Parts: sequence; structure tokens; C-alpha cells
Amino acid sequence: MAAGRAARTGLSGLFAVYKPPGVASIRVRDTVETLLLKELNSLEQPAVQQQVRFLPTTVEGNAGKELTLTVTQLPVLAAHPLVRGPEFTHLKIGAGHRLDTKSSGVFVLGVGHGNKLLTDMYNAHLTRAYTVRGLFGKATDDFSDTGRLIEKTTFDHVTRDKLEQILAVIQGTNHKALLMYSNIDLKTQEAYELAVEGLIRPMEKTPPLITAIRCLQFAPPEFQLEIQCLHETPQYLRKIVHEIGLELKSTAVCTQVRRIRDGFFTLDSALLRTHWNLQNIQNSIQDSKIKVKVGLQRSLSCQARSGKRHTDMDQVAESKLHSTEGTSASDLTHKMR
Amino acid sequence: MAFWARQISRRCLSVKTSNVANSIQQLRKSHRTWIQLHELSVLSLLRTDNQFFQRGLKTYQSVSLGSRLQSTNSSNGQIVSSESNLLSPVNHYQQQAEIIPSSDTETLYEVWEDTPPLSALEEISEEEAVQIVAEPPLPLGSFTLRDYVDRSETLSKLVLLGVDLSKVEKRPHAGQLLLRLDFEKDIRKRLLFLKDVGVEDHQLGPFLTQNPYILAVDMEALETRVAYLKSKKFGKEAVAQMVSRAPFLLSFSVERLDNRLGFFQKELGLSVQKTRDLVVRLPRLLTGSLEPIKENWQVCQVELGFRRNEIQQIVSKIPKILTANKRKLTETFDYLHNVMGIPHHILTNFPQVFNSKLLRVKERHMFLTFLGRAQYDPAQPSYISLDKLVSMPDEVFCTEIAKASVKDFEKFLKTL
Repeated sequence: MAAGRAARTGLSGLFAVYKPPGVASIRVRDTVETLLLKELNSLEQPAVQQQVRFLPTTVEGNAGKELTLTVTQLPVLAAHPLVRGPEFTHLKIGAGHRLDTKSSGVFVLGVGHGNKLLTDMYNAHLTRAYTVRGLFGKATDDFSDTGRLIEKTTFDHVTRDKLEQILAVIQGTNHKALLMYSNIDLKTQEAYELAVEGLIRPMEKTPPLITAIRCLQFAPPEFQLEIQCLHETPQYLRKIVHEIGLELKSTAVCTQVRRIRDGFFTLDSALLRTHWNLQNIQNSIQDSKIKVKVGLQRSLSCQARSGKRHTDMDQVAESKLHSTEGTSASDLTHKMR
Repeated sequence: MAFWARQISRRCLSVKTSNVANSIQQLRKSHRTWIQLHELSVLSLLRTDNQFFQRGLKTYQSVSLGSRLQSTNSSNGQIVSSESNLLSPVNHYQQQAEIIPSSDTETLYEVWEDTPPLSALEEISEEEAVQIVAEPPLPLGSFTLRDYVDRSETLSKLVLLGVDLSKVEKRPHAGQLLLRLDFEKDIRKRLLFLKDVGVEDHQLGPFLTQNPYILAVDMEALETRVAYLKSKKFGKEAVAQMVSRAPFLLSFSVERLDNRLGFFQKELGLSVQKTRDLVVRLPRLLTGSLEPIKENWQVCQVELGFRRNEIQQIVSKIPKILTANKRKLTETFDYLHNVMGIPHHILTNFPQVFNSKLLRVKERHMFLTFLGRAQYDPAQPSYISLDKLVSMPDEVFCTEIAKASVKDFEKFLKTL
């Protein structure tokens, strides 16, 4: 009886699953919930509740047959599992930064009290890492290889050097935007301390920013990039691939977007579909507890400090913000040109 | 309310005793309150009306102390009948209220004025004291059968048989049906009939969970339908298998079953023996709607491009294709034919691939392509048959077919 309840209360924290491509992330969350509920319900082995009843029976007494009450223990059928239904019907499982249907990769889920940690992770504004595969020579309407074809081009003139040049430019402009949105004057002591601790990054909602981008493989027409970014969506990454194609005076579509790191969770800790069961999830939660705690504490202290300087830098920052309001990092690229 | 029910039902059966006056008094009082109840609409959820219960308690006390009870067995029988009629009390008591006024009302009225009401301090014998049953009242209306299961013999016996009441009560009108039925009169006959047909003991519980409405079907209708199936030359074991795997089968009329069997024979163009085998393997075909089956047939012919004899072969092996989801079927076929490059005749030989999940097929095919072992043509060496690709568990697939370790497969999956 206690086994299921103990498991349910112990199940609280964050864990990562590997979302396969072609499946909606909500379905992944629902599948995990159903599997966990099935296991929890099978753990429960309740003894059927007994009730003491006094039933009238005939007993051989002094003067012939007599009616007396005898004590019997009968099961209470209202507490029988076939009448009451399964013990657990709902688990609170929340999803972290979602992936769309075509993309795959590390997908963080929170269960029980871990859902609060999900909010903390969101407010910590951590970076994520993706591997993006692209294909030269085509352009489609939704920037991926399954969309409607718009144009075809040649790509013989594209070399690895040109690609890396473009990537360097993108990284540079995004870095400038990053510093601007973080509202830090680089000449202060505060900025130095923040830089020593970790990445200087904006602690509020901003347009998507790329912190690092490099080319992993180049075998025309295919190429693979690794992108570290903030506040992005998978569709934004596909747009980046499309724009890289345009910059190289050719066209490109994105064939795969795969998340390899989400904050503290990497590919190693992500659970595959075949491993989605209670034991593995409990182990995963246990392993990631310390990492998450330390990481969140660090970013919260960063935030506290940035909150302080935000009030000082308000007036200086506002004029800068107004001038670049409504532009994304990619538009900045064109401005720089 | 149950107390009144019990006491009043006892009253009606014991009209000839000397406590007729009491009975009329109680009936009058209860009749008054029943009229009020009727206005409150009986099937609503339990109301916590204090006045109500106080009145109820008063009548109960006055009833129980003066009661001349029958033997325990008959009182238990009355309990069952009163509880089984609980959800339609208004009709029941209006009938009973009518019985008394029709018989010798004048003499009874005279008797009525003479005898004073019984007091709570009156002494009763030991036997009568022992027979007082003091249980909390049953709710008038409820959304779950849990409230009634302990007091109702029918429901208790069904639970002990293995019927899942938590699922049955979710079906429309099924809970009310079960409460109205009596185990000895109605249910026992039908259970014995099902056992004769060939449903096993341990299957009766799940059977009734899926189709509780069969307990309300006429015995003659059930017998006619089984006779019809036997006349179509389905063997005894075949009928038993069909009935136990499709609990709704015997709820269908003979014309409907005939219509369905005719459809399968004409549309699919199968021989009589093959139709029989098909239906015995998947009796769900007879109980579901025919529209999705017609659509799937069209999809197979037009969109997927299978010939008629190929579809017949596929359906004889895997009847589930007829009830499969159209969209999933087309997506699986699209991947198998266009991406994996498998021609129609090989797919006809191995229709199990349509049964499996598309994601599984995709992952395994991509792994084999990565290893360079994706060879599905039987004419060429190191050929991999489709059924082995799909039906084996991961470990066997990795070691025997892909000739790689499970860890490599997992690492590969994380790169997809």
C-alpha cells in the first residue's frame, strides 16, 4: 500500500528525455505521464479494508433457538480496487523549453515539486546548444527540406573558408547585441566580476541571440553547424541556415535541428524512449539534483547583482534600446554591412 | 430513506397483522414526504437538508420500535428489492399508496383514531432488539456505485465475479441498469447462458465490464443469435472465441450480423470459408461501423495501389488493417515504398509492417542504412526480411540482424 504512495511523493525534480523527431512534444510529455502512472498503479497492492459487523444468527441457547448477534469481519467492497478505480490518475509533469515536431533532442521535464524549478530555470536565462544540418542548393517556404520548393541554385562556388567567414560575422554581431541587451558598461568592475563568473548575458526577455556558432562538418551539399544560443526557437535556427545560404550567394535548407544541451542537461543524461520507466527516471532525477541546485543558485546571484545595476544603467540603456528596438540579430548583420 | 423503504415494504406484506393502523399512519406520513420529494427530483445529488433528515429520523424511530418483523431471510430479500428499486422510488410508492386506500378504508380510519402512536421509551423484547439494523441512510442519487455496493447483493456478487464497477459506471445508463437488476432473477440466467456458449469463468468479469448492457437483453433474442451463428456453420469453439473477444456481438440483432457477414463476402470478394476465418480472428469487424472499413478498402486500392488479390492476401493475414487509422496507414506505406524502396509484392508477403509503429521502422531502417546493411531484396545477398525487421525486440534485432551492440544502437538514436 505504501510502495506506490512513497514512490509518488519521492518523484519530484527535473529530468531530461530525448525527444525523437516527428513526434509533438506534448505527446512525449503525455506518454511519459501514462507510463509512470501505469507503473505506480501496478506497485500499489492494497489490502482490502475490513469492517467489523454484527450479524444476527440463530444459536442453540437455553430455551431452544435464539437470535443473537455474532461478530464477523467482512471486507468493505467500497474500498475494493475494482469499485474504487486506480489509485493514481494524474501526475503533475511540466515541460521545459519545448521543441517543435520536426526537431529532436534534449527535452527537460519536471515532475511534482520540480515544476517550480522549471520556472527558476526559465528565469535563469541559460544557453542551449544545437547541432544543425543544412543542405545547399534549395530554398523552401518554411526553410526546411519538407516545405514547398521556391528556388534551386548552384553551390559549386561555396567553400569552407567562405562559410567560416560568414559564421564569424554572425557571431560578432550577435555578440555585440548580447552585450547591448545585457545592459552592462564594460568598463566597470561589476562587468569584470560577472565575466569571471560566467557568460555576460541578458537576464530578461530578448530577441533570439547566438552566443557561439561554428562549423562541424562541410561536405557539399551538406554541412553541419553547432550553435549555442539564448531565447531561440527551432524555427529561428532554420531561418539562420536559410540566411547563411543567402549570404553565400546560394540557398540552403535545414534538414535537422537537434538540441544537445539545455542549461545543465546534456545528451548523456537524456533518457531514450526505451528507458522511460520509473526506476530510470528516479535515478536521473537524483543525479541531476545537485547540478541543478548549484547552477540555479549561481545564476540567481548573478541576477540579483544585475537587478541592482539595472536601476543605475536605466537611463543610459534606454536611449540605446529605443534606437535598436524591433530589430533582430540578423537585421543587425545587414546593418553592419 | 432506505428505512422507510424497508419498513414500508414490510408493512405492505404484513397488512393482516394487528399493527395495520401504524402502517397506515406511517404510509400517510411517508406519502406526504414522498410528494415533496418528487418535487425535489429524485435523481439529483444528495442534499443536506436538515429539516428533511429530522423528519426522516422521527419516522424511522417511530417505525422501528413498533415493528413486527418477519424472519431475517425475508427481511434481507426485502432489503435487496427495496435497494434495487431505490432509483425509481416514486412510482413504487405511489403504487403502494394506492393499494391501502382501496381496501376497507372506513374501518381502518376508526382503528386509527383509537391506537395512540408508539413512544420511544416502550420496552421491546430481546429478539426485536437484536433485529434492529442501524445503518446510515443510502444517498438518493449518486454519481458512483461505491455508495451502493456494500448494501446491494447484486453489485457485491458482480464485484466478486470480477466486474470492474469503476469502468462500468462511466458508461451511459449502465450503473442505473445494474442497480435495477436482481442477481437471482436476471443475471444468473444470462451468466449461465454465456457459460454454455463457451465464455470461460475468468473471462466473465472483463466481458461484463465491456458490455454490461447484455444483462438487459432478452434470453430468446440471445438464443436466436447464437443459433443464427451456428447455422452459418461457425463451430462451437469459434462461436466461443468470437463472443468472448467481441462482447458486443450478442447485443446485435440477427439482421445486422447477416448484413455484416454479407458485406465482407461481397465487398472483399472472399470465399465463405475465408470470411469465416477472418471474422473468427477479428470478431470486432462485426461490431464496429462499416464506414471506416469501406474507406480503408478504397485507400488500399486507390492510394496505395494494391491489386484486389493482394489486398485479399493482406487482409487474410492481418485483418487489423481494415480497422487501422487511414492517415497512419498511408504514412507508413509512404515511408516503406518511397524511402525504403520496397516494392508492392514484398509488402504483400509481409503485411506485419503495417501493424507496427512508424517511428520504430524509421529508427531501425536508419540504423541499418548507417551500417550499410539495409538490403530488403530477397534476390541479393545479406537480405533482411521485413517481419524480422519489425517484430523482434531491440536486443535480438541488434545482435542478430544489425550485428551491432545495443549501446551502439542507442548512441545512434541520440544522433537522429
